[in-house]
Amino acid sequence: MNIYVLVKRTFDTEEKLVVSGGQIQEDGAEFIINPYDEYAIEEAITVRDAHGGEVTVVTIGDEEAEKQLRTALAMGADKAVLINTEDDVEEMDQFTAAYILAEYLKDKEADLILAGNVAIDGGSGQVGPRVADLLDINYVTTITSLEIEGETVKIVRDIEGDAEELETSLPLLVTAQQGLNEPRYPSLPGIMKAKKKPLEELELDDLDIDEEDVEAKTETIEVYLPPKKEAGRILEGEIPSQVSELVSLLRSEAKVI
Amino acid sequence: MSKKVLVLGETREGALRNVSFEAIAAAKKISGGGEVVAVLLGESVSDFGNELVAYGADRVITVEHPHLKSYTSDGYGQAFMAVVDQEQPEAIVFGHTAVGKDLSPKIASKLQTGLISDVTDIEGEGDDAVFIRPIYSGKAFEKVKLKEDGVVFVTVRPNNIAPLEREERSGDVSSLSVDITNLRTIIKNVVRKSAEGVDLSEAKVIIAGGRGVKSKEGFEPLQELADLLGGAVGASRGACDADYCDYSLQIGQTGKVVTPDLYIAAGISGAIQHMAGMSNSKVIVAINKDPEANIFKVADYGIVGDLFDVIPLLTEEFKKVM
Ligand SMILES: Cc1cc2nc3c(=O)[nH]c(=O)nc-3n(C[C@H](O)[C@H](O)[C@H](O)COP(=O)(O)OP(=O)(O)OC[C@H]3O[C@@H](n4cnc5c(N)ncnc54)[C@H](O)[C@@H]3O)c2cc1C
Ligand SMILES: Cc1cc2nc3c(=O)[nH]c(=O)nc-3n(C[C@H](O)[C@H](O)[C@H](O)COP(=O)(O)OP(=O)(O)OC[C@H]3O[C@@H](n4cnc5c(N)ncnc54)[C@H](O)[C@@H]3O)c2cc1C
Repeated sequence: MNIYVLVKRTFDTEEKLVVSGGQIQEDGAEFIINPYDEYAIEEAITVRDAHGGEVTVVTIGDEEAEKQLRTALAMGADKAVLINTEDDVEEMDQFTAAYILAEYLKDKEADLILAGNVAIDGGSGQVGPRVADLLDINYVTTITSLEIEGETVKIVRDIEGDAEELETSLPLLVTAQQGLNEPRYPSLPGIMKAKKKPLEELELDDLDIDEEDVEAKTETIEVYLPPKKEAGRILEGEIPSQVSELVSLLRSEAKVI
Repeated sequence: MSKKVLVLGETREGALRNVSFEAIAAAKKISGGGEVVAVLLGESVSDFGNELVAYGADRVITVEHPHLKSYTSDGYGQAFMAVVDQEQPEAIVFGHTAVGKDLSPKIASKLQTGLISDVTDIEGEGDDAVFIRPIYSGKAFEKVKLKEDGVVFVTVRPNNIAPLEREERSGDVSSLSVDITNLRTIIKNVVRKSAEGVDLSEAKVIIAGGRGVKSKEGFEPLQELADLLGGAVGASRGACDADYCDYSLQIGQTGKVVTPDLYIAAGISGAIQHMAGMSNSKVIVAINKDPEANIFKVADYGIVGDLFDVIPLLTEEFKKVM
């Protein structure tokens, strides 16, 4: 089976965020594999181990993203591809990302493509379904279970807390929801092996993409932090008096009840 | 220039979802005085048409087909694109719901346009409309607009954009017949896990419990308070993983994103993935034994204490004044 995983290097949102000049400051920040993409990588490895084939992880980014690709290789992926857009693309949006990924994938005859259901930084959840549409293959989002039996793919997906059971077939793109699996940590031998696994670097030219074709459709005008809330009020005194104070605050000050 | 805007109406448990009315209000702003046309897709949905008109749609188009009984991206995609072909809209608004999230990227891809997802506010109107959306798990916001000409396409986060006042009005409800073929996904079954009644993403009051609730029974006092305040019970991942409650109650990045007027977090530590789902709430109350708990950082009011003391007392106190 020919399996591809779309992996995004993301800002670790557990870390402190600094905005200056209308932009998120990336210097010194921690970067990780988008957590939902870790589920996708784990699932890809499991499917390959059960059905044979090869797992290729693909990312669009700059050199820095090599680190996340090596981690995916250390988890057990077979090959990695970095589509380096640093010199060619100034502004990227979901249209741009999906277009580039689809151009890369279009002649790869992928049986199964896995992505995360959402990136924790950009947060749109668009890239997976957009790629599937461009490749004209079916997609299923927010999956929590995947079983491949011959031609049939049985899936459970999370729809706002309900579990939808469905059947479809390959080729297919799925996006991973938490609960799909428990991603493994790279083992030491895995990390050693990863160093020797192939990591191909491509640029837009290699994919015959013109810069104009991938111009972003949307424009970020400004990035800002939410207005600083006044420090919350920690009530004091005996619990019963705190509770009555809270009720009167909610009614008279906050006016929400 | 005024715009013609299409809005996807959605139903849940036999009623229209509030987010559809909110989407109409968003569409009105984007339209800059142009026509707002609501679209309903399903097996039998035409009865809901007038209600969408009452909330501000100028016109409603329904597509009814047995293949639209359950949502599939193929079925809904074909039906919605048929409406797009007929109407040639200049803008589209969906709710940022399970259906909206799944379908909007496909439609945006077919229209080769930008899609601005999970919008919580709109500044300006018509051509000047600029959209605000949370990024970085809710830690920051961005203002976005469409760069060039093209269909303006947004999804709106439930409970953020106020719906218009309901008014008895008249508007045309017409049907479009669409041939829906070649569904690549077959829905076998939906295991309902969500509680009947108040939809968490639309609730005005949420009492949420975390691992600190300690058991299934531990949720009972929370439920009692929620019932009293006409709200709903929610939970953290911690509580769901520990099997104190069902995953359908989960709030956060993986679960539901909520924006109630009042969010009471009891026994929840305040992990970033949880906060991504509730930090936009209008008023946040934290009840936690640990004064250092992260949740106090986003709380408007905090009580450091045992939730099993505080919650029942809160219920008693509210009973006195309501
Ligand atoms: C404020 C802001 C400014 C930005 N500015 C720039 C910029 O100047 N230059 C720039 O290059 N980018 C920039 N980006 C990032 C870019 O817009 C996004 O990476 C891209 O559009 C993906 O959108 P998303 O984050 O919403 O991903 P989602 O659609 O939420 O991602 C879903 C899934 O798609 C896949 N995926 C997403 N992105 C990639 C990727 N890059 N490679 C492989 N798979 C992927 C992953 O599987 C991911 O889990 C910016 C983002 C933000 C929020
Ligand atoms: C990819 C990913 C996605 C995730 N998505 C989500 C998500 O959508 N939603 C989510 O919630 N989490 C999510 N998580 C998990 C998240 O990181 C936390 O693990 C989780 O939110 C913790 O739940 P908790 O606060 O209930 O538990 P804990 O962190 O264990 O906190 C329990 C709290 O209860 C307090 N407490 C204990 N007893 C009492 C008492 N008697 N009275 C008062 N206070 C008491 C403690 O002081 C403590 O602060 C995700 C994680 C990952 C990796």
